[in-house]
Amino acid sequence: MSTELATELSVNGTTHRVDVEPRMTLLDCLRDKLGLVGAHAGCEHGVCGACTVLLDGIAVRSCLMFAVQADGYAITTIEGLTPAPGELSVLQDAFCETHGLQCGYCTPAMILAAHALLAGNQSPTREDIVEAISGNICRCTGYGQIVEAVALAAERLRGANRPVEP
Amino acid sequence: MLSAVRDASIDAPTPPDLPVDRKPATSANARRAAPSGRRFSHLEMKAAAFAYSRPTGLEEACALLAADDGARVIAGGQTLVPLMAMRLARPTRLVDIARVPDLAFVREEADAIAIGATTTQRTAEHHPLVHGKLPLLARALPFVGHTATRARGTIGGSLANADAAAEIALVAVTLGATIAYRDGERSGEIAAGDFFIGPMVTALPASAVLISARFPVWSESVGVGFHEISSRKSDFAFASAAAQVSIDPDGRCRRIAIGVGAATEVPLRLAAAEQALTGARLTPETVRAAVTDALADITPMADLHASAEYRRRVARTLAIRAIGEAYEKAGHVH
Repeated sequence: MSTELATELSVNGTTHRVDVEPRMTLLDCLRDKLGLVGAHAGCEHGVCGACTVLLDGIAVRSCLMFAVQADGYAITTIEGLTPAPGELSVLQDAFCETHGLQCGYCTPAMILAAHALLAGNQSPTREDIVEAISGNICRCTGYGQIVEAVALAAERLRGANRPVEP
Repeated sequence: MLSAVRDASIDAPTPPDLPVDRKPATSANARRAAPSGRRFSHLEMKAAAFAYSRPTGLEEACALLAADDGARVIAGGQTLVPLMAMRLARPTRLVDIARVPDLAFVREEADAIAIGATTTQRTAEHHPLVHGKLPLLARALPFVGHTATRARGTIGGSLANADAAAEIALVAVTLGATIAYRDGERSGEIAAGDFFIGPMVTALPASAVLISARFPVWSESVGVGFHEISSRKSDFAFASAAAQVSIDPDGRCRRIAIGVGAATEVPLRLAAAEQALTGARLTPETVRAAVTDALADITPMADLHASAEYRRRVARTLAIRAIGEAYEKAGHVH
């Protein structure tokens, strides 16, 4: 059995010191060591996308990296997207409004993938949205409402902090 | 009701007493196993145990690899980690080269673009030099995995992993790239055509670290084409084809490179078709004849998804399409 390694993870702006076996995935570490269960374990070999988190703002699969590889990165999970306890981000709100989720298993990952897209592209086309979530599997919605949710959130974010037209 | 439930649980078969690391290791199992604390001192994990090193230089990385036959290089881990999760790979040590300095770059050299091994596929995909000078690689990269895997997956990792369906390997073979490595004190280079030996087998020495790939850049304007077929977008291709073409002012094919991937165990450059088409006018008839001849002798792979005959037929169609696309784009340049 290999020894545990002391690892520093910056998650949602907080630095955590954890001792992890090298073989512990970032996903298992977030869920089992840090109690951040918003990253979901689906296939656990990189196919379904349910474990998506952001690494320096970029969507990655947390089941395809070991926690020891993640020190030094700014990790964002779904728990880090809400503006305040009990509140929803614009994207989360849009998912609720357009019925972009049913069972909810894929939802945190879908929202993080969409968040990464909108951070770099204010006005995504339908193709951009489909491409951004193409690595995330949803077995409930048929994807239509998810695409709609991302487009709605993009529209709202474009309109935010603009002077009101007279 | 309660007793019925108890009876059912008594009748349920007891799981065989496997060693801890052979148990199916899902998070659900980990959650069930953890609170009892009777049989498991650790949460269960997908991968077999290994030691982890993060060398700061290439010499140190090579020494770690030379000291342990079971050691493997990891950078992005997008193909190695799934194999470890399924325990198809059980390295005893991972040598993480992601932070070895000077391995992540895209730079222009004489008649070539060199890409460092740890350059992510995402970086290459959006790099202006790749778009400007290596349009074939730029055309192929969106087919590699998904946005989230391209964010971590590297150019060197894809080459060293040598999956038969890998798009970057196909482009490297088609363009005649050169793959550079460091093995201790020694530096070496291998032509892409000699690098891939079989599925997931390369000519890279066991203790070597792949450091870069140099893709030739043609001096004249080129058109490129890339096509593949898979069961889902960005899934492993059953067959793929790449082509790069330049044409003379009179419309004849001046230079052409054609490759097919995923059909055979390693990416294949269709040298015979290239010879037949160089200097010719590319008509649908000449292209079809040249590609058909070049693919007549290949030994396509077969599995439950696609038969050998299917792969040959699709590789032919995709190669014809890729050449057509490249030729059309080359024409628009002039």
